[in-house]
Amino acid sequence: MMDVLMLSRLQFAAAAFYHFLFVPLTLGLSVMVALMETKYARTGDETYLRMTRFWGKVFLINFVMGIVTGITLEFQFGTNWSRYSEFMGDIFGSLLAIEALGFFFLESTMIGVWIFGWKKLSRKAHAFVMWLVAFASTGSAVWILTANSWMQHPVGYVIRNNRAELADFFAVASNPYAILMFFHVIAAAYLLSSFFVMGVSAYHLLRKKNLEFFTRSFRMALTFGLVVSVFLVIEGHYHAADLAHTQPAKLAAMESHWKTESNAPMYMLVWPDADNEGNSVEALPIPGFLSWMAFHDSKAEVKGLMDFPRDERPPVAPTFFSFKIMAFLGFYFVLLMVVGWLKRNRLTESPGYLKLMLYSMFLPYVAIELGWMVAEIGRQPWLVYGLMKTSDAVSHISVSQAAGTLIGFIVIYSLLACAAGYLLVRFIKAGPQPKTA
Amino acid sequence: MDLPTIWFLLWGLLWAVYFVTDGFDLGIGTLLPFMGKSDTERRIMYDVMGPLWDGNEVWLITAGGVTFAAFPKTYAVMFSSLYTPLMLLLFALILRGVSFEFRSKVENPTWRKMWDGFAFLGSLVPALLLGVAFANIFKGIAIDGMGIYQGTLFTLLNPYGLLGGVFFLTFFLVHGSIWLAVKTEGDLHDRALKTAHGLWWVLLGAAVALILAGAFATRLYDNYLAHPALFLVLAFTVVCLLGVKFYLAKGRLWKAWFSSALTIVGATFYGIVGLYPNMLPSSIDPAYNVTVYNAASSPKTLTIMFVLAVIFTPVVLLYQFWAYRLFKAKVTEEDLTYDEA
Repeated sequence: MMDVLMLSRLQFAAAAFYHFLFVPLTLGLSVMVALMETKYARTGDETYLRMTRFWGKVFLINFVMGIVTGITLEFQFGTNWSRYSEFMGDIFGSLLAIEALGFFFLESTMIGVWIFGWKKLSRKAHAFVMWLVAFASTGSAVWILTANSWMQHPVGYVIRNNRAELADFFAVASNPYAILMFFHVIAAAYLLSSFFVMGVSAYHLLRKKNLEFFTRSFRMALTFGLVVSVFLVIEGHYHAADLAHTQPAKLAAMESHWKTESNAPMYMLVWPDADNEGNSVEALPIPGFLSWMAFHDSKAEVKGLMDFPRDERPPVAPTFFSFKIMAFLGFYFVLLMVVGWLKRNRLTESPGYLKLMLYSMFLPYVAIELGWMVAEIGRQPWLVYGLMKTSDAVSHISVSQAAGTLIGFIVIYSLLACAAGYLLVRFIKAGPQPKTA
Repeated sequence: MDLPTIWFLLWGLLWAVYFVTDGFDLGIGTLLPFMGKSDTERRIMYDVMGPLWDGNEVWLITAGGVTFAAFPKTYAVMFSSLYTPLMLLLFALILRGVSFEFRSKVENPTWRKMWDGFAFLGSLVPALLLGVAFANIFKGIAIDGMGIYQGTLFTLLNPYGLLGGVFFLTFFLVHGSIWLAVKTEGDLHDRALKTAHGLWWVLLGAAVALILAGAFATRLYDNYLAHPALFLVLAFTVVCLLGVKFYLAKGRLWKAWFSSALTIVGATFYGIVGLYPNMLPSSIDPAYNVTVYNAASSPKTLTIMFVLAVIFTPVVLLYQFWAYRLFKAKVTEEDLTYDEA
């Protein structure tokens, strides 16, 4: 029998993962569509207008799904995690309020203007509205990730009146964890978007339709994607290395590293075995590499899982495998981008590569969801690292309430997934509107 | 005035602005199956809401966010106590938002009918539930000393709560049909106007019933009797409500709509000033009341938030006003011919 805690965790996980299926594409496409529309506004080139409208439609479907699923996330803190809200509201709540007041308003108001304002605004003003949408979406991401990072690495607070109270707003707003996380998430979102655009373009290029349109789209996304994929791998390294200081238990779980040691090796082949506090397979060591990765010093001491009490260790296997697969995919993406760059002038003559890009289109989705699993599962059993355990944060509600709404979420989200998927496939297959003479 | 009190008034104002802005969307959405006789008419109704609903709904997010930030305990108790209604509200808002975006994208009657149904439910359910929720807050919620809810969904469906639901729904219908009349022409315009006229009487009835029932079901009037000047809030609300009918009769639709908007603000504050200093009175024991003071965030957070609100709110109002002006023209059949994306 499931308890309220488990049901609430499932519910929040479902809502967060689902939300994050749509948000990254929105973040990346808003910038790409703004770029396309700017080119149209400056040159009057009809192809850029058609690109704006085609990719804009894909963007809008994702946008609305991101909006409606984001609303539930905000309110779930109050409904299912009321003890968390009460304990952390002073800091966490203000970050959410700043996000809403400063950015979400701008984003939501301007998207309406963009959709319905084609005839009411000049070309340049209309393109500018898209930049405002892109700017505001990014701003929203900054504050949401700052709020999340505070749960990962709480700073600038004092415990007073049985709750965490704000001591230093600047420290909260400039949390180094948040800065690393923001760049990681935004780069991942841009990478996903460029893969999406390239995958769809590859589909049409393989069918030899709208060649100019999709070659331009492909190349634009390729340039974008090449830069961010390299950045993402390098930045990802620093993000992970930072954990050695901020969340050593998560880092140890990501590597399935059990014994605290200096000059710690990294094994190329590992199979974790948490029950026996070790690994059932551990082969092909690179001496000192884990120490070097964590501290940029091959002699440094890396804390192992056995140094943490059993009830303060994250679930090792999910954290470990999520991290390893995500990292592996990161390198795979760079490889695909480099190959694409070499083939950029003869895309239509490279059907093999185009097919590979079409099939690889969904891998960034896998990578970003795995990334969240590393971040969120790796932080367990803490909800706020070192301050509040997840099990102490859940609301006093009945099992039937939590179960009923979980079923509600599954039904509604499945319905929406089918509808959004149907619309996206329909639009994408139909391709861009023909040229208006 | 101390900071928690200032934030309490801002909290009330945020809810009021949400009711004013999203109120007309929710009203029009509820009217959709009755008022939109053809696909063209229904599309016009969607386009009347289209450019603005998203920005409107953010007032709800902000009202929620500000409750979380300024009164964390209120946020925790309110949302976990009203768990089931709130989740139903969220599900309804999800379906509504998506139906606005998806509905007209496919030329298939079944597809459109499905989303029309969701748009209707997604508007009706929030309008009702918001009313039920706020009436229950005015009345007092069955929370114990730990802030844990001791009732069920049916505890909330008491006569005063249901009256609140009817009041909100009627209000949004009147507010929405005036906006629809402002934004349309021809037959649809005439029918919207007629609806506004007819429903105004229902609204008046619900308002009078609510004001009277408040004396028995709630303790709202304790504050009024202690400070009789507060009755001005009630008087202002009633005058605005009469103003709606007056301007409707004169055919001054914009003025009628603004009167309606001011009535909503007045009605919200009628409850808010009666509630103070409580935010969530307990129906079990007044000692368990969640008040402005025992729920407020630290002075530091309240101060920082206040500074940010003073900076950002005018900016938000400015560009929302700009957006409203940009789309102030009537929506006609002609507007539907061009592709919106």
